[in-house]
This record gives sequence, structure tokens and C-alpha cells, in this order.
Amino acid sequence: MKILVCMKQVPDMESKFKLSPGALWYDTADLAWRMNEYDEYAVEQAVRLKEQVGTADITILSIGPDRIKETMKKALAMGCDRGVQVADDVAWAKDPLAIAGIIAEYARSKDFSCIFTGMQSQDRGSGQVGVLLAEMLGFPSVTTIVDFTHENGEYLVKRELEGGVKAIVKVKGPAVFTCQLGLNSPRYPTLPNIMKAKKKELLTIPVEQLQKTAPQQETTRIFFPEKKGGGLILEGDIPALADQLIKILKEKTSVLA
Amino acid sequence: MKMLLVAEYRDGKLLANINELLGFAAEMSADIAVFLVGTNDLLPKFQGQLYLADVGKHLEYNPDSHKALLLQVVEKELPDFIVFSHSSYGWDLAPRLAFALGVSQISEVVAVAEGCFVIPACNAKLRRQVKSLSLRTVLTLQVGAFSAIDNPDTLPTVLPIDTDEVPHAHFQGYEAAAQGGVDLTKAGIIVSAGRGIGKPENVAIISALAKALGGEYGASRPVVDAQWVEHNRQVGTTGQSVAPKLYVACGISGAIQHLAGMKKSEFVVAVNTDRDAPISEIADVLVVADLKQFIPALTEKIRSL
Repeated sequence: MKILVCMKQVPDMESKFKLSPGALWYDTADLAWRMNEYDEYAVEQAVRLKEQVGTADITILSIGPDRIKETMKKALAMGCDRGVQVADDVAWAKDPLAIAGIIAEYARSKDFSCIFTGMQSQDRGSGQVGVLLAEMLGFPSVTTIVDFTHENGEYLVKRELEGGVKAIVKVKGPAVFTCQLGLNSPRYPTLPNIMKAKKKELLTIPVEQLQKTAPQQETTRIFFPEKKGGGLILEGDIPALADQLIKILKEKTSVLA
Repeated sequence: MKMLLVAEYRDGKLLANINELLGFAAEMSADIAVFLVGTNDLLPKFQGQLYLADVGKHLEYNPDSHKALLLQVVEKELPDFIVFSHSSYGWDLAPRLAFALGVSQISEVVAVAEGCFVIPACNAKLRRQVKSLSLRTVLTLQVGAFSAIDNPDTLPTVLPIDTDEVPHAHFQGYEAAAQGGVDLTKAGIIVSAGRGIGKPENVAIISALAKALGGEYGASRPVVDAQWVEHNRQVGTTGQSVAPKLYVACGISGAIQHLAGMKKSEFVVAVNTDRDAPISEIADVLVVADLKQFIPALTEKIRSL
């Protein structure tokens, strides 16, 4: 069984963001990079599927500059078997259709029976790439899964809906699944597995070889949202802060009355 | 300008999010038609044409046939925009339609500016303005971003549609939300724990403040996913929607899904080390401090009042 996981490297969302010159994206200097949170669940589910079926081969694919290899190594240490870096220094500027097109071009005729992606990236967040990829490959897809079971090439998954309700969906492979937070508990790579991951294959393919889909949209600017309302900001010494807040709660609310 | 708005059925009910799509279309002064897989008994209220497919045959979740039905309507109406709510139904179906039409999709629109659409980036810390380059454009609208309109006395003209598209994904039914536990919707005071609490032992800091205030404690999604707090205390789109007199958000950055569940709170206090966290946009008071020091100090002082 061949499994593909699509992963994106994103900045730590707690970072202090700055705009890049030209204001079409955030400035990528001085950021801490990590695996897109949703993709950690995708990697974990792939590894669990491999553990269940016994023999499987998991490819982790990511698109971006050289720095993404660091994050790909984490996926290899979690249990993926091989990595494919699609080398692209301007991946940040590509729309979901172009990104899905690149992955589809790679994945076509490679006989994957199951493809996992995160339900969205934390930085762009379109939530489209997994579904577009499936449509391009002619595979069925189920989005936002929070439960996954596999039996004889058939998948029974639960989609997360609003208000804690889930939809139960059955689908035959090959299929694409986009993973929601809470699907599983992503493992931490162990030291022996981190060492083993260094020996795993990490292939680099120039994006020009796979880029065939024209973009359908473009970013015209990126900006910080205006601060609305102008809430009060309290800073300083802890005991004084507590006193200040209690005073405000007494004045503005009835909760301490 | 013409828009095709996509309404949703869930568990036999028409979802109210169609009213936000109607509000958006009115704001854009667009001509509208509406698409629904539903029944004649529960129709969205607007003046115009409703393309209605039978939910008994096509089910509430069946992306292949819903896409095929939508394609029929797009061919007839030739809309400039096909508009979904950015809901579990919308974000699943919209890209399928966009791909079939060969047009662009812009996800989670929060505003319109300069002929472009504004969407969040980086967990809502940034906004991105996006221009569509295609003949038509599929949009999903962030829930709550546009004002709903309600026309209680109008009913659409119904045009039935049908397809024999064979589905690949088979909807087996719903699993209800976990029942029982804590009803946060009735709590007057809620203190909620976010990822910023750092470790499960610190839930006790949060529950202690809630107790001192005579309220309940809640949590954001990451804390529930990590199983530090049970799901029946989750506040947000996939948990409970609350409206207490006081909401204290501790170490919660303020993802839109969380904000959607607590923004009706009367007074919001956020405790966060990151003053740029999106929660600061809706907080009445932002305390920039380490919650592990600040909350115990506050709890102590409140106890001794």
C-alpha cells in the first residue's frame, strides 16, 4: 500500500509578524518554522495506517525552499519512509489551484491508495488544496476528518460538523482525507527514530518539472487588521495588575457585587 | 452582478447561515438565485428563484451529486459569484465546484475592498486582499462576517432540479454531540483555558479562579484536543456558544472558531503574553502578563474581597 502525506512548513503562529517589502506576504526572516499543525495529524494517521496494514510505504511531500527539509525530517522521524521536496522559493505566492496542480502532477500514476493532508494551512488557510488534489486525480475526498478506520480498501471516517456533531462517511480507496485537529495524538519522534530519519531518502524535484496549472487568483496586498473598539491594555507589576482589574470589574460589571 | 447563494440543510432543518449570504448579496447589490438540497416544507425566505433538489434522494451530505446539481444551475444562471458559507458543508463542496467550473475560489471572506476580497491569514493575525482572475468566482464567507437579513413574509419561486449522479462517498448518518456534563450556555461567569496554560496541571489555576468568581471554567479547542479538559467544556464553533456577563480568556489566542462561540459575552477580559493575539480585538481589557503568575494572584485577591 502506498500512502502520500502532503505537508506544509509554516511559521510559529505566536511569532511577531512583519510584512514583506511590497506587502504581498509576511516577512520570512527571523521566524521559527514548524510543521503545519493540521499536517501533524495527517502524518500520524498515515503512520497508524501503515502500522495497521503491516506493509506500506509513506511518502511525505512538501513544496518550498530548502528550509522545509528540516520539517520534513520530523515527518520522517515520525515514521514516513521517504521525502519529496518540490523545490520552490516562491511557493508562498502560489494559489491553492497551482499548489494542488503541482502535487497532482507528482502523484498521478504513482498508485497511491490513500492521501492525507491537513484540512488547511495555518498561514494561508484556504482549506482547498486537499479537495482540489482529489478532484484532479479523480479520487473521492472527505474533509475535516476526526476519526478514521480502514478495512479491506474501504474507509469509514467521521467528519466534524458544527456544534460537536459528526457525519459518518464511507468511501472506497484510493481517496484523499483532510485532517482536523484532534483526529489522533501525533507522536513525538524518539531519538533513535530521529537518527534513522537522517538515512531516509529525501528527493528534491525542481518545481518547474511539475508546474502545469495556471493560477486563478492573486494577492493584491497583505496588512494588519485594524484594532477595533480599542480595549484597555494593562501591563506591569502582577499585584498591581490584579488590583487594577478588580477595580475595573467592580465598575464595569456586576460580577463582584 | 449575479450571485448564486448556496443554502444548507442539517438534520432536517434549514440552517440560518443563508440569511448571512442574503445579507452579503444585498450589501453587494447583486441579483440572486438560491440553491438548496432540501424540502418544500422549510424554504429560505427571499424574493426570487430557488433551485430545489430533494434531500430525500440526494441526502444532506453527498458532494458528488450536490456538485452535479450546482453545475446545472450555474449553467442556467451564469452567476458571477457562487457563494457558500465557510461551514463544514461549504468548505467541502466549494472547491469541488470551483474545480469543475475551472474558476477560482476565495475562502473565508470577511470583507470586500477595491473589487477584491479580504480574507484572514496566519490565524487571523493578518489580512490578505485577493483578486480573482477567473470569469466566475466561488466564495465562502466567514460565519458572522456579514449581517444576516431576515424577510419573514417572503417566499421564493421554487424550480425543482434533479440528477442521477452516482456518489463516491456514502453518507451513513450523524453522530450526535456528546451529551451531559456542563451547560456553559447558562453560566454567568466563564473562565476559559487556552493553549497558553502550557500544561494540564495548570487547568487547576483556571478552575480555581472560576470557583472564586462563582462561575464555570471552559476551554478552547487545543486544550480539549490535548485532553486536558473534557469536550463538554469546549467553547467555540464545535463546542458551546456562550454569552456570560464576564468571560475571562486565559492564554487563548482567539481563533475565529473560538471567537464565534464567545463574542456575545457582555465583558471580555483576556490574559495573554502576546498583545497582538486576535483575542485583543474583542477584549474589553487585555492583561499582558504570564497567566501562571497573574491568575493565582487575582484569585487570591478575589477570595479575600
